[in-house]
Amino acid sequence: MDMEVVKTYIQRVGWPRIIIGIFLFSLFIAAPFVQVRVSTSISDTLIRFGMNGVMVLAMVPMVQSGCGLNFGLPLGIISGLLGAVLTIELGVTGFPAFLTAMAITTPFALLFGFGYGKLLNRVKGNEMVIATYVGFSSVAFMCMMWLLMPLKSPTMVWGYGGEGLRTTISTEGFYLHVLNDFLAVRIGEKFFVPTGMIIFLALMCLMVWAFYHTKTGTAMTAVGSNPDYARAAGINVNRMRVISVMMSTWLGGIGILVYQQSFGFIQLYMGPFFMAFPAVAAILIGGASVHKASIYNVLIGTFLFQGILTMTPSVMNSIINTDMSEVIRIIVSNGMILYALTRVTHSGSRG
Amino acid sequence: MKSVEKKKKEQQSLPERFILLITEYPVPALFIVISILAIPASGFSVGYLTQELITRLVRNSFLVLSLIIPIMAGMGLNFGMTLGAMAGQIALIFITDWGIIGLPGLFLAMILSMPMSVLFGYATGKILNKAKGREMVTSFILAFFANGIYQLIVLYGMGSVINIGSDALVLSRGYGIRNAVNLINVRQVMDNLVPIKLFGINIPLATFLFITLLCVMILWFKKTKLGQDMRAIGQDMAVADAAGIAVEKTRIIAIVISTVLAGIGQIIYLQNIGTMNTYNSHEQIGMFSIAAILIGGATVSKAKIGNVFLGVMLFHLMFVVSPMAGKNLIGSAMLGEYFRVFVSYGVISIALVLHAWKRLKEQERSRAGLQGIATEEARGSEA
Repeated sequence: MDMEVVKTYIQRVGWPRIIIGIFLFSLFIAAPFVQVRVSTSISDTLIRFGMNGVMVLAMVPMVQSGCGLNFGLPLGIISGLLGAVLTIELGVTGFPAFLTAMAITTPFALLFGFGYGKLLNRVKGNEMVIATYVGFSSVAFMCMMWLLMPLKSPTMVWGYGGEGLRTTISTEGFYLHVLNDFLAVRIGEKFFVPTGMIIFLALMCLMVWAFYHTKTGTAMTAVGSNPDYARAAGINVNRMRVISVMMSTWLGGIGILVYQQSFGFIQLYMGPFFMAFPAVAAILIGGASVHKASIYNVLIGTFLFQGILTMTPSVMNSIINTDMSEVIRIIVSNGMILYALTRVTHSGSRG
Repeated sequence: MKSVEKKKKEQQSLPERFILLITEYPVPALFIVISILAIPASGFSVGYLTQELITRLVRNSFLVLSLIIPIMAGMGLNFGMTLGAMAGQIALIFITDWGIIGLPGLFLAMILSMPMSVLFGYATGKILNKAKGREMVTSFILAFFANGIYQLIVLYGMGSVINIGSDALVLSRGYGIRNAVNLINVRQVMDNLVPIKLFGINIPLATFLFITLLCVMILWFKKTKLGQDMRAIGQDMAVADAAGIAVEKTRIIAIVISTVLAGIGQIIYLQNIGTMNTYNSHEQIGMFSIAAILIGGATVSKAKIGNVFLGVMLFHLMFVVSPMAGKNLIGSAMLGEYFRVFVSYGVISIALVLHAWKRLKEQERSRAGLQGIATEEARGSEA
C-alpha cells in the first residue's frame, strides 16, 4: 500500500479516533494478562453502548440544523424523568410501563423542545453556551419541583415526612431490564448481549436516518449547511430549527428511559446535571463536528467512548493499582469537546 | 444620537428616571426585590447579616474583579478563571507543605501562583484565539478539562512525582493530597492584620485595602495604551486589527491578567475560609463569581467595578438568606438551597440570552441596512 492512501485514510478517520481506537484496542489486548475477563468486558461495553446510544443520537438533529451540539440535553432528560415518575405513580409494570413512560415523555419533550427551540432561534450564534445554561437552570428548577410534586407512590416518596421524591428511585418491579432481557443472548455466566436494547437503539437510528431522507429532513440539513441558501430556497429556517430541537429533546427523553431500564435507577435532582457532556464527547469522538453529525458518528463514538469508560477502570486498576478512570474520563471527554470547539470552521461565530 | 438621549434623561422627572434605572438594570432590581422579601422571612438580625456581607465581600471581591478585563476585551465571561484558582490552590499546598507561616507564607503563595497562572492563562488565551466567537463555551469546557489535569497532578502526582513531605497533607496511601487541607498557617492573616471593630462588627481593613488597590489598578489600566487596545478589540475585532492592534496577542494578555488575578483571588478567598477542599474549592468559583458580577448589573460585554461590589453583596445576601427563608416560609431548607442554585444558573442564562439576542438584532439591523429599506420593511411585516 502506498503512503498517500494511508495518509488520506488517516485524514478521513481523523487522528483523535485513531489514537482512541488504538488505546481501546490495546486495553482489550492487555485485559487477559491482568486477569480481566474479556467476555465480561465486551458485554459491559455492549450494555453501556446500548444505554447511552439514544442520548448520543439526541445530538444529531440539532447539529444537522445548525444549532450546534445539544448541551441542553438535560432538558430532554427531564422530560424523560417526568415520564418515568408519572409512570411509577400510575403503577404500570413490565413492558407496558416502558411504553407508558415513553408516551408520557413525548408531550413534555415536545413542549419543552418547542420553547427551547424558540429560545435558540433568538440567540443564533450563541446556541451552545446558552444551551448549557438552559440545561443547568432547568435541572436546578426541577430540583425544587421534585420536592414539591404531589406524588404519592411509596416507592418514590421519602419515607419520613412523606413529601418530596427520593434522589434515586429503583425501576425494579416497573421496567427494569425490559429491553435488556428481550431476546437476550447469554453464553456462560459472564457473557451477555442485551439484544433488545441494541435493537431499540437500531430502530431509533433507523428512524432518524429515515427522517433525514424525507422532504423535511433534507430541508433541515440544508438549513444547517447554509441558512442563507435555505432561506432563498423558500425553507422556513426558524421552523426547521425548532423541529430539530424538539427532536433532540424527545430523543434525550427516550434516551434516559433506555438508560434507566438498564441501570436500574431513576436519578432525580442533580442527576441529569452533567449528562450532556459524556453524550457530546461521545459523538465528537465518533467524528462529528460542531456542524456535522451522522448516525455513523453516533455508533462509532458511543462504542469507543463507552468502551474506554468500561475498560480503563478494570485494566488500569490491575496494571498500576490505582483507579485513575475518573480522571481519564474527565480528560478524554472534555479534551475531545475542546478539540472540536477549536477546529477552524467555515462559518464564523457559533458559540 | 447619544447626547440626545442624555439630554432626554436630564429632562425626566425623578420617578421616570427611577423606572429608566430599573429597565436598564433589571437583574439587580430583581435581586433587590427578592432580598427585601426574603430578609424578614429568614429572621436573621441586621447585625448578623452585615457581618456576613462584609465577610463575603472580603472573600469574593478580588475573584470577581478578575473577570472585568476579559469582558473589556470582548471575550465575554471568563469561565477559565477556574484555572487561576487551581494555580492558587497548588501554591497554597506548597507553602503549607513547607510550613511557611503568616503573611510571608501568604505572599509567597501569591508569588508562587503567578508563574503557574501566567502559563495557564497563556494556554487559555491560545485556545480561545482558536475559538473566536465562542469563547465562553470553550472556556467553560476548558475549565472542566483543566480540572482533570489538576486532579491528575494533585491526586496522583503530588507525593509521588512531586515531593510533598508533610504527612498531614498526603493521603495515607502515600501519594495524593488529602480532601481537606488545613490552612491554619495562613488562616485570615491578611484579614486580621489590621483588625477593626465597629459596632461589634469585624472589618478586615487590610484585605479591603488590598482589594481597593486592585480597583485603582484596574481603573488605571483602562487608561493605558494596552487597556485602550483591549477596549478597541472589545468594540470590534476587525476594526482593531485594521488599526494595527495585535489582536491575538492582546487577547492573550487579557486572559493572562485575569488568570493571575483569579489565582491571587483564590488565595485571599481561602485564607478567609481557613480550609481548602482540595478537589472542590475551585470548581464552583467560576460559576459563583460570574453569577455575582451579572447580578451586580454587568453584562457579557460591559462590566464596571461597581457591578462587582453590588453583585457580591446581592448574590451573597441571597445565599445567606434563602435556606432560612425557605425553611420558615415553606418548611423546607432544601427548597431554599435549590432556589439559590436555580437563581445562580438562571441569572447567568438570562444574561447570556439577553446579550446574544441583542447581538443578533444588531447583526440583523446592520444587514438590513446593507440590503436597503425594502428588505427591512419585508422583515417588519414578517415579524
